[in-house]
Formats: sequence, C-alpha cells, structure tokens
Amino acid sequence: MKTVEEIKAAIEKAVPGAALEIIANPSPSGQHSLRIEPDCAVAVASFLRDDAELAFDFLSNVTGVDWPDKEIAEKVKVQRTVMKAVDGAEPGTEQAVEETVEETQKRIVPGFLEAVYHLYSVEKREGPLVLRMRTVNRTDQVELPSLTPLWRSAEFQEREIFDLFGIVFTGHPDLRRLLMWDEFTDHPMRRDYVEPDDFEYEPTAHDEVLKRKQAHRAAMSEPEKSGPTKSEPANAEAGA
Amino acid sequence: MAVDEGLKIELGKQGVFVTTIEELYNWGRRNSVWPMQFGLACCAIEMIATTMARYDLARFGAEVFRPSPRQADLMIVSGTVTKKMAPQVVRLYNQMAEPKYVIAMGACAISGGPFKQGYNVLKGIDRYIPVDVHIPGCPPRPEALIQAFMTLQKKIDGQSLTGENRPRHLNAEAQGEFPVPVQGAHDLEPASNPGVWPVPVVIQ
Repeated sequence: MKTVEEIKAAIEKAVPGAALEIIANPSPSGQHSLRIEPDCAVAVASFLRDDAELAFDFLSNVTGVDWPDKEIAEKVKVQRTVMKAVDGAEPGTEQAVEETVEETQKRIVPGFLEAVYHLYSVEKREGPLVLRMRTVNRTDQVELPSLTPLWRSAEFQEREIFDLFGIVFTGHPDLRRLLMWDEFTDHPMRRDYVEPDDFEYEPTAHDEVLKRKQAHRAAMSEPEKSGPTKSEPANAEAGA
Repeated sequence: MAVDEGLKIELGKQGVFVTTIEELYNWGRRNSVWPMQFGLACCAIEMIATTMARYDLARFGAEVFRPSPRQADLMIVSGTVTKKMAPQVVRLYNQMAEPKYVIAMGACAISGGPFKQGYNVLKGIDRYIPVDVHIPGCPPRPEALIQAFMTLQKKIDGQSLTGENRPRHLNAEAQGEFPVPVQGAHDLEPASNPGVWPVPVVIQ
C-alpha cells in the first residue's frame, strides 16, 4: 500500500504545477487525505486512473462537506503608546510610554464547500485514496470540475451533492437535482438551511420539536389576537 | 329497509331468498375490492407478504392488484410519502374511478413516522386525500393489514345507497377529485388540504 506522501510525490512528478496538500487525519485510522486544487483536478485524477503503478480504477464514493464561516477569537499582543504617569518623573505630568497590551481580536474565516472522493484500485488491491476539492466560497463561486468523465460512478453522487450542497460540477453531463424536485431552490444539507415550518400539529412534541411547535402556534395565533375573536381561551392551543 | 334476520332465515329454510338492493350491492362491492398495485417503501414488503399464500388476502376478494388506477378500488399507501412523491400519489388517487377507498399503512403514511421532522417527508397522506383506515406500525404486520381490510369491508357494508351520508360516488354534488399540491421553492404548496385535513386542535 502506497502512502499518501508517495502518491503525492508521484503526482507532482507526473503533473507539473499540481498544487497538492496532505490533510492529516489524527485518528487511529490515519486515513490522510489529499487536497487538490480544482484547476488541476482533472489532470491529477486522470493520472491517478491511468498510471500503471497506481491504477485507481474504481471511484467508490463521493460526498460533500459544508464548512460554514467560522469566527475565530485570538489573543494578540499589541504595542501601544499610552499616556501615563511615570515613576521618577514629576508628579502630575504624563509621558508617552510604549506598552504591550493583550487584545482579543476576532476574525472571520470564510467558509467553503468541499467534495470528497474515495478512490480504490481493484487491480492493485489498494485504497482508499481520499481526494478533496474545495470551492472558493459558499455563495457565488461554487464551481468544481466534475470527475464524471473519468469515473461514471460519480454521476449520481455528484448530482446528489449538487442537490443537497449546491456545488456546481462543471463538465458534468447531466447536472440536475437528484433527490429534491427541480423547482426546489434550497440546499438541505448546508448548515444554514432553514427547514419548512410545518409544525402545526405535533401531538407528542418534546425538545427541539416542542420549541418549534410553540413558535409555530405563536405565529399562527398572532393574527387571531388582533381580530375580534378575543374571547377564545388562549391556553387551548398554547401546547405547553 | 332491513329485513328481519329471523324471518330471513325462516324464509331461507323454505327456499325463499330475501334481500335488499342495498345489501346485495354492498355485498358485491365489499367482496371485490381491488387494490392498486403500488408500494412506496418497506411497508410494501409487508403488503406483498399479505397477498401471498401464507396470509392470502385473496380470501377477502382482494387478490387482483391492478397496475392501473382506472381499474382499482382501493389505494394502500404503503410506506413513506416523500414530498417529491406526494403530488403523484394524489394524482393517482384522482385517477381512480369511484367508488374509491384509501388505507394509510404504517407510521410514515399516517404521520410521517420516524421521518416526521425531516424536511423531505410528508407528515401523513391524510393531509391531501381522505383516508378511510389508518394502520399504525413500523411496519404493520400482515395481520394488521388484514384487520384494516376487514374494517374497510365493514365500512362499505354500512354505507346506505340513499340519504345524507350516502357514499361519495352516489352523490352527484360530491367531488372525487382533490387538488394536487404544487412543488414549490421551499415546500409543497399548500402544505395541506384544509377541506380534507383541518389542523387538529390539541387540548391539554
């Protein structure tokens, strides 16, 4: 079994200019993955498939991952000039003094969408090799090159990722929604997906469902409250 | 107009057969309920088992599963109704000829079941079409489906040919077609048919 490092070296030798990065997996399985840049992905993938040494002839699985925007708070030491009364100087006067202050800085790491491919070699009895591709962001630049022309087994799985995550695979022969209907506009597997509010009837609600049901009931009874039907007991549908 | 049971037996002993049109009509209908041949999920496997030799739904006159809605009397909604499938189920129901009946089989078909909180599963087919018999279970055993079938037969037997509560197919004003939900940008529109399914009031 070739290690990811060996495969990476082989790709770099064969595909000049291929930008690759090994993403380590700290778990006991140690299944490290290889991140490839989208612009050289097809070249790298066709090398992996056609190379006699590697011969990754079987694409077993394609899946998507959503990485939302992340806010990171870090403590940074900042040099600052502060006006301050200094020992030894005349009392009552202040001097400008350089001082190191610890400050919490917040920055937002932009999110992205990721497609993960699991390759096997039936011929060499090797695998899996985990390939990852990342989009630029989660909103407008969500294109990735499709690997369906190389492995037909990616066709439906890339369609599913397009459906549920919203990654657009350029070069896919038939990119339509797979599970949801064509008129659907959302991508349900994204972390910020808002489910349709159909919590009007939950006879045995608890936890999250209970909260959503109460919110639904409150929104439903609001127009009623302003109307003439004020005599109705309010606790009948409160669903406490 | 019902015939006295004792008199009927007495006349039968004399070789005279007495019945009413209503009784004869309902007897014929309840013993030849042909289900539509379609299944949606794992409940369909139990439905198939019910029709095979061990449980033998043919004993109740339902041996002929029709692969066309035009020839079917009964729709057994066996399994999870996804929001993608729901318009097709309603459309198939609309295409069935009167008189038509619906058995909602299993937790998913009656309420959404384990997938109730999913974004893609309809919370019960009774939101769009009138259901005659609900069977709980995940999946219900074949005995439960037979029980539901017998319940439906009792219901058919109790229907009168005239009067206010006569079945829909004998009432010229009653409509047998139900609006097919539209697959919208976020959800099915409308989310339910208020004529069939008014939002139940929970009293606690």
